[in-house]
Amino acid sequence: MSEDELYPLLKAYEGRSASASGIGKDLVNEPMIRHWCEVMGDRNPAYEGPDVIAPPTMLQAWTMGGLSGHTGRTGAHDELFALLDGAGFAAVVATDCEQEYRLPLRPGHRITFDSVIETVSPRKTTRLGAGYFVTTRMDIRADGELAGTHRFRILKYAPAAGMRPAPRRPRPVVNRDNAGFWEGVAQHRLLIQRCASCAKLRFPWLPGCGACGSPDWDTVEAEGEGTVYSYVVMHHPPFPAFAGSEGGREGAGPYAVGLVELAEGVRMVGNVIGVPYDKVRIGTPVRLEFFRADEDLELPVFRALAEGAG
Amino acid sequence: MSTNGTATRGPRAGDELPPLTVPITRTLIVAGAIASRDYQDVHHDAELAREKGSPDIFMNILTTNGLVGRYITDHFGPGAVLRRVAIRLGAPNHPGDTMTLTGTVTEVDGDTAVVRVVGANGLGHHVTGTVTVALPGEAVA
Ligand SMILES: [Zn+2]
Repeated sequence: MSEDELYPLLKAYEGRSASASGIGKDLVNEPMIRHWCEVMGDRNPAYEGPDVIAPPTMLQAWTMGGLSGHTGRTGAHDELFALLDGAGFAAVVATDCEQEYRLPLRPGHRITFDSVIETVSPRKTTRLGAGYFVTTRMDIRADGELAGTHRFRILKYAPAAGMRPAPRRPRPVVNRDNAGFWEGVAQHRLLIQRCASCAKLRFPWLPGCGACGSPDWDTVEAEGEGTVYSYVVMHHPPFPAFAGSEGGREGAGPYAVGLVELAEGVRMVGNVIGVPYDKVRIGTPVRLEFFRADEDLELPVFRALAEGAG
Repeated sequence: MSTNGTATRGPRAGDELPPLTVPITRTLIVAGAIASRDYQDVHHDAELAREKGSPDIFMNILTTNGLVGRYITDHFGPGAVLRRVAIRLGAPNHPGDTMTLTGTVTEVDGDTAVVRVVGANGLGHHVTGTVTVALPGEAVA
């Protein structure tokens, strides 16, 4: 990657118009001024009363596209950003803002603006990730008169997610009552407790038998066959530590957690893998697998068996 | 107003402005983004901010700009007229942090002063910049 093939393509946009005849979506108005001053804690009397002016630092706010997006942006601006997005530099953060104020803005002023792409930097490595600094200069007019200039620098970057350690799943709480279960998992054996007195199987592990009260037990190894007895799909919040049970996938999209009834008759909770989360159904046949989440954690999970098997 | 002790005088190079401490709340960050019509997700959605490599939402540059402007006019008074504000962002303002703005007058020319402003948070310098402010009617230093 020493050769930056993208840069010459980006640099070609220097000097090109980024927005032409943009029009502020709102006339300069007192409510927006007041909301701004509330946020800033700014009690300057110049920003209220009959002779109100807008805080000069609001300059850019009058040009913002808001939720409905920008108007007046040129093809050059959109192409430059599409190039960067397409190359993976999709995230944006503002780094510099230089504003000069020539005329005060007052309620009723109609805002128009034109901007030009001044410079695109070579690729830089930053704390957030590698990217390019794009500097634009905007002239802002109030009722047609130049009221201020606004030079703005942003970093378009590829988030350096790999620089942060991957989040780890929470650890299971292993205690005297369930240690045998986790010892089994370590040997890729799913152990079910069996009452030594009445032979009733129980899961999860407990110190005593729910049927007869006996504290004595031994274990039976599950064959590993089961069916989905019930399930939930986790959509929100996406919790990176719970990224796909098969590992490797970025972020934790929706995933299915099943209550699986084992062939032996007990039920246990585990991720259902090998099938899209929205294809899991009650009755889906599954087979036990062991999933290594990290070097210290292995978990039993359930792989959905091919359609038609059930 | 630039009142120092008993005598009112215009600003002089080297004058230090009293600091302004701004608690960086989640509310301030989101309210600042909305008041500036900036709906970039990194200023209101922590999960999407994390996907973009940030540990949490962070203040947008327009809010920082507004706070810097307020800091200057709070000090010099309603007669002060902002002529130029140039800021550079460094360490982001995340919820739970505190930013302390400090300023030093670096130049005075006639009724115009240039103030160097630094906003420091727990991570470092959130903002560094210069503000040029006209002070009509101020005694010339
Ligand atoms: Zn029993």
